[in-house]
Amino acid sequence: MPLAVALIVLVVGSLIFHFMSPWYFTDLASNWSQIDTTIDITFWVTGFVFVAVNLFMAYAIIKYRNKDGAKADYDPENAKLEWILTVVTTIGVAAMLAPGLFVWAKFVNVPDDAIEIEANGQQWHWSYRLPGDDGQFGNVNGKLITNDNPFGMDADDPLGQDDVLVTSPEVHIPINVPVKFNLRSKDVLHDFAVAQFRVKMDLVPGMETYLWLTPTKLGTYELLCEELCGIGHHTMRGAVVVDEQADFDAWVDSYPTYAETQAAAAGNAAVGAAQYAVCAACHGQNGEGQKALNAPKLAGQSAWYLKSQIKNYQNGLRGARDDDPLGKTMAPMARTLATDAAINNVIAHIQTLPDNPAPSTVTGVESNGAKMYAICAYCHGKEGQGIQAMNAPRLAGMTDWYLANQIKNFKAGIRGEHPTDYYGKQMGFMAKAMQDEQAVNDLVAYINSL
Amino acid sequence: MAYVSIADRDHEIEHHDPQTFITKYIWSQDHKVIAIQYGLTAIFVGLIALALSVMMRLQLGFPDSFSFITPESYYQFVTMHGMIMVIYLLTALFLGGFGNYLIPLMCGSRDMVFPYMNMLSYWVYLLSVIILLISFFVPGGATGAGWTLYPPQAIAPGTPGIELGIILMLASLAVFIVAFTMGGLNYVTTVLQARCRGMTLMRLPLSVWGIFMATILGLLAFPALLVSAIMMLLDKTILTSFFMPAMISAGEQLSHTGGSPVLFQHLFWFFGHPEVYIVALPAFGIVSDILSTHARKNIFGYRMMVWAILAIGGLSFIVWAHHMYVSGMNPYFGFFFATTTLIIAVPTALKVYNWVLTLWQGNIHLRVPMLFAIGFIFTFIHGGLTGIFLGNVVVDLPLSDTYFVVAHFHMVMGVSPVLVVFGAIYHWFPKMTGKMYNETLGKWHFWMTFFGTYSIYLPMHYLGFLGVPRRYFSMGTTDFMPESAHTLNTSITISAIFVAVTQLIFLYNMIVSLRSGKKSDPNPWGAATLEWQTPDNPPKHGNWGHHLPEVHRWAYDYSVPGYPDDFIPQNVPASAEAPAGRDHGIHH
Repeated sequence: MPLAVALIVLVVGSLIFHFMSPWYFTDLASNWSQIDTTIDITFWVTGFVFVAVNLFMAYAIIKYRNKDGAKADYDPENAKLEWILTVVTTIGVAAMLAPGLFVWAKFVNVPDDAIEIEANGQQWHWSYRLPGDDGQFGNVNGKLITNDNPFGMDADDPLGQDDVLVTSPEVHIPINVPVKFNLRSKDVLHDFAVAQFRVKMDLVPGMETYLWLTPTKLGTYELLCEELCGIGHHTMRGAVVVDEQADFDAWVDSYPTYAETQAAAAGNAAVGAAQYAVCAACHGQNGEGQKALNAPKLAGQSAWYLKSQIKNYQNGLRGARDDDPLGKTMAPMARTLATDAAINNVIAHIQTLPDNPAPSTVTGVESNGAKMYAICAYCHGKEGQGIQAMNAPRLAGMTDWYLANQIKNFKAGIRGEHPTDYYGKQMGFMAKAMQDEQAVNDLVAYINSL
Repeated sequence: MAYVSIADRDHEIEHHDPQTFITKYIWSQDHKVIAIQYGLTAIFVGLIALALSVMMRLQLGFPDSFSFITPESYYQFVTMHGMIMVIYLLTALFLGGFGNYLIPLMCGSRDMVFPYMNMLSYWVYLLSVIILLISFFVPGGATGAGWTLYPPQAIAPGTPGIELGIILMLASLAVFIVAFTMGGLNYVTTVLQARCRGMTLMRLPLSVWGIFMATILGLLAFPALLVSAIMMLLDKTILTSFFMPAMISAGEQLSHTGGSPVLFQHLFWFFGHPEVYIVALPAFGIVSDILSTHARKNIFGYRMMVWAILAIGGLSFIVWAHHMYVSGMNPYFGFFFATTTLIIAVPTALKVYNWVLTLWQGNIHLRVPMLFAIGFIFTFIHGGLTGIFLGNVVVDLPLSDTYFVVAHFHMVMGVSPVLVVFGAIYHWFPKMTGKMYNETLGKWHFWMTFFGTYSIYLPMHYLGFLGVPRRYFSMGTTDFMPESAHTLNTSITISAIFVAVTQLIFLYNMIVSLRSGKKSDPNPWGAATLEWQTPDNPPKHGNWGHHLPEVHRWAYDYSVPGYPDDFIPQNVPASAEAPAGRDHGIHH
């Protein structure tokens, strides 16, 4: 008897949970309302079966529970009943399958007027490529991928010269235009998934896959990797921004074509030396850093990282928060470098400065730090040398007190919380997993030993 | 030469009783001892996997609170939990455990056809378990590739355990498959060749049918896993490129070129989907027998149940790519695999109807095994229906790789079979040990496990609807996840810990009942199947004393009209029954 009651309670409770649940599908932001309709049909059919069969079972348990002197019926088969149940079940299954296949046919066949965007996955970042004015993608080849050619572009292919290269995890698409995403991976499996769009697809190295959708609502939608891709899987995030057409066009124009990236002039160290005078006041004549002024060592840090951080300061990704007074002093300094050329020049000068290891100031238990560093090594390298392809800066030989401060900033959310600081957010995930200040010191002490 | 069945040659065969402790309990060739060896080993590794699941739930429920849970260890917990539960617990327990124990007893045989190979099967299985457990302690630790071991990530930098963990994992799987094959050939041959006189195939209890069909599936499916494990081992150790395409790692080119990651997925799921039914079919069979016995009523639609087992087994080989709708395989496959997948729902639904109709007009005794059996029907209906969501290719698009998938397969392949395992252990405990378990503790165990698991997995489906991805070490701030979703995760973790702790009641009950439980009646449930008709309880080596039983009826003669008892054992001759005998128990 309690069992029958329990079954009834669970059935009713499940229904209540279903209808009261605040956790349900996100608001749809694409054309795939038919997927939602198929889900609704499936809910009605399966919901009916769930309620009917379980309540019938509960009723049977109440009615036919053991009583003194009771004897069960002897009823081995009932061909007619079994046939009826078979036919009814088949009809129910067909009612769910038929609309499903109809919608799938739409998903498989991409509309002719769809624009194409290539989404690239790698551990643990997104980047994108657009076909440019000619509407055609140039050849790419994984074997050509280097730090200077992260997309593996074939330099000899004329179709590729106007391809627009987006080295950011954020991609924009125009509203009410069908968009086909061509999906490629540089390393392992990934998956392109935006909850509000409903559709998703794996990225597979060595082949190209696709999905398509027509965005129907303006907004920024979080892009998640949903195929396990290693220890940074949960940090592999990006964004799809649905724009008006004009905003989309402007966004495309803000990124360089492949030809433009090739033509970009290298920085001029001699010119940069003059501009560096401003920096030297805090960071030191030789870029060695000054703890008293809270200025980290610059010499020996990789050019791409210095450039990205100067840009972050300029764009408010760093140094814009009241709880980050030190960052706030850097932000206006960064803004004095008005052009890309100016940034390149200063960095070219910094590259000429002598790279002497910064003195150790943080003490901790190296062996504890070594265990923790195993995770860091996936991106920053076993020697802490930094890996450009992983968007991970050099750690070893740099100012350790600064490193410790930044880990604490990431942990506290002072750094890495800006909505477009995608790489900072990744580091935030890692820093938050560290338990306390002692753990940070142990880790930094180990990095000092590298 | 004319074929003479083993049963007819029984008097010519000499039966040796094992003499020493070692041959009786360690290097035993007795199927019942081997069954218990299999069962205890499987439960032991299952407890390890249970502990691993608690650790991963701790991270999900209370992120960033435990310094010993790093992304590396988290993915190692996830991987080893899944692999142990599916292969080393459920497969081993249902086939090596229950298969070994029940087949000879239910078929009326003295033992498995190849007892020595049966013994080897267990020891090779134990070796595979040891190799698996060693992988926790090697440099780099166990593999963290996820239980599906998808390449390239399983053997590429960025994944824990690519040093030795993955090698030991693959080696352990290969060894397990050797063990399974030795056992499996035995089970199939025994069912086909060693049934006692009168035991026609259509008189076999459904437990045997389920285990028999599951074993055939295993013998056909595991080779696909074996070749994928061997090819991946080669990719890993001598840098072949079966599954490894040209790829970059940390900015460097690896030396692989031309392999296909999707090929691995086809091979894996060609094994992996039948594997679901390797676990499910024995559960289907066992639950049928428990329901019939404790409802004192024949199983409804026996022939339909047998045909459904065969149909499900056959269909299970042509649905595998429904695990791969978003894998990047040719999307036109979706039409075929969605159709076959939803077709398989029909025989499966019929089995559920027949279980419920078995209860109808029964005389239901709600003893502990029956509670678990009915609990199974409820959770299996739930898990089966959510399977229809995922099997229907477009509905899978938003739900694939989310917590909906995790909730679905735990409901259908975790909770449901485990409820059957518990039900079966309680049901046959008096036969295996000669002792009775504590009924009150058994009921507590059921209620806490049943409600506890439902409170884990019902809400988890809704995280999936919301779009929360599975296999995330932590969610952090995700813009579509409300704060309440994190609270829900915490409550799921609390339920999971509750369920894990609850299993101590089961262990306590088993140990105490084994030592000081009441002596059991040889047939406490009044069951009609042969294993309850043995001359000794528990049955001795050789099972049947001097004479093999002879079967005269099907396994479900319960509450036959006009017969004084409410059951007629299978070995009771037709003439002993008052009114007209019912051979197959089927009205013509």
